[in-house]
Amino acid sequence: MSPWQFLADLANPDLAFLPKALTIAVLAAVMCGVVGCYVVLRGMAFIGDAVAHAVFPGLAIAFLFSGSLVLGGTLAGVVTALLVTVFAQNRRLKEDSVIGIFFVAAFALGIVVISRAPGYAGSLQQFLFGSITGIPDRDLYIVGGTTVGVLLTVFLLHKEFVAVTLDREMARALGLRVFWLDLLLYVLVTLAVVMAVQTIGNILVLALLVTPAATARLLTDRLPVMMAVAPAIGAGCALIGLYLSWSWDLPVGGTIVLTLTGAFLLAHLFAPRHGVLMRLRPS
Amino acid sequence: MTAALEMTGVCADLGGRPVLRDVDLRLETGFTALLGPNGAGKTTLMRAALGLVPLRSGTVTSGTTGYVPQRHEFTWDFPASVEDAVLSGLVRRIGLFRRPTVAHWRAAWAALDQVRLGDLRKRPVGELSGGQRQRVLVARALVLEPAVLLLDEPFTGLDMPAQETLTELFTEIARDRSVLMATHDLVAAAYGCDRLILLNRTVIACGPPASLKDPGIWMRTFDVGPASHLLKALDLVEA
Repeated sequence: MSPWQFLADLANPDLAFLPKALTIAVLAAVMCGVVGCYVVLRGMAFIGDAVAHAVFPGLAIAFLFSGSLVLGGTLAGVVTALLVTVFAQNRRLKEDSVIGIFFVAAFALGIVVISRAPGYAGSLQQFLFGSITGIPDRDLYIVGGTTVGVLLTVFLLHKEFVAVTLDREMARALGLRVFWLDLLLYVLVTLAVVMAVQTIGNILVLALLVTPAATARLLTDRLPVMMAVAPAIGAGCALIGLYLSWSWDLPVGGTIVLTLTGAFLLAHLFAPRHGVLMRLRPS
Repeated sequence: MTAALEMTGVCADLGGRPVLRDVDLRLETGFTALLGPNGAGKTTLMRAALGLVPLRSGTVTSGTTGYVPQRHEFTWDFPASVEDAVLSGLVRRIGLFRRPTVAHWRAAWAALDQVRLGDLRKRPVGELSGGQRQRVLVARALVLEPAVLLLDEPFTGLDMPAQETLTELFTEIARDRSVLMATHDLVAAAYGCDRLILLNRTVIACGPPASLKDPGIWMRTFDVGPASHLLKALDLVEA
């Protein structure tokens, strides 16, 4: 299918779900791209994965009671983030073990809950692998509002997040509330993930969080540039991925993630300073 | 003269285990070394001075403190330039929701000039050598114009010329403020510092190096016998 035809389909009122899915995928990719920079720089990909899985019981419960999926997912994600932050204060257990316990438990709870829903197999597949149909208009406003909120928070607390990421010990010595900043960052990750879950799916959403930010890191040594390039890569790949998935009738989440992976591999090879080819070039 | 840092009867625990007991010390302008074996409480003493460790008893009073934690605490692969890293020391002073002003950048550049990294201020922190990294951390602490500068093992993993350049820098800084350096390099401390504090859970001795010639206090601090090489290296006994 040519890109023009894709544009025509986007404008076709009979296919109203398509522009909605695109809007949500792009906004979620932008949010995940920005928040993902901290996920990558702090080495918290595992936490990102945990939060992504932890939203699942919230989605399942909301689905069972026909509530807002976005709201249910956010609540579950925030509760898990809180539990992990609190339990990780116990020095006897390493943080990754605590995360490993809670996110699998949350995921298990989600599976048990959703098995009670009618049409169990279909809805499960939709949650795990994403879907572009069945997004209510209300979710568009929620995702739009959340995007503004998340970006504004990251912008306003930029130097505090940088200070904590650079050197926690020093940040504490300077009197920053490290615990609350950590928790807030987890909440931001949760929000970005929940917004992305519907189109990308629960299992693949981690890619939206980690891959664009990691790709941007290969391209620059400056954080402001990284935080602009990562959402641009995420949004661009969401658009291309949706186009490819629509053209060839491929699952949307998988296609977007593979597009992102392609971008990462290109950057890994051709990045101006850190790319493999530049390093191979005789100097 | 008011002290840059004063601790009186400080006791502090770490994980339920007593680490510091009845620590009394008073720092004024000058270069002081904090010496003691691993586990003697050197880092805990510094963290107590910064208010990072709850005190079981005792008091700490100080002017503005500048802290240089061990180098491995810092995320060196972070995409930040040297000047960004130094500016992060001002995060509280700039204030919540505010952006740095020209005055804040000037303060960061002045601190970089003082540690002689003015030329490298745009360089990504990941591309610096060990000695340069240590100087970035010193600049980040100096940007607050502290009355006392706390250095935790600044020489770890550095080679000789880098150590000597740093020692010169610390001596220079200590001309108009107080510098307290925890270190394992006893010889450098004995030759380069104005005062030594021998710490093992509590202050065992304290004073200018020339006044600490009694081998007994060193043996008690480091828990070594009279035949130890340590005493020979410090010229306390006949080699």
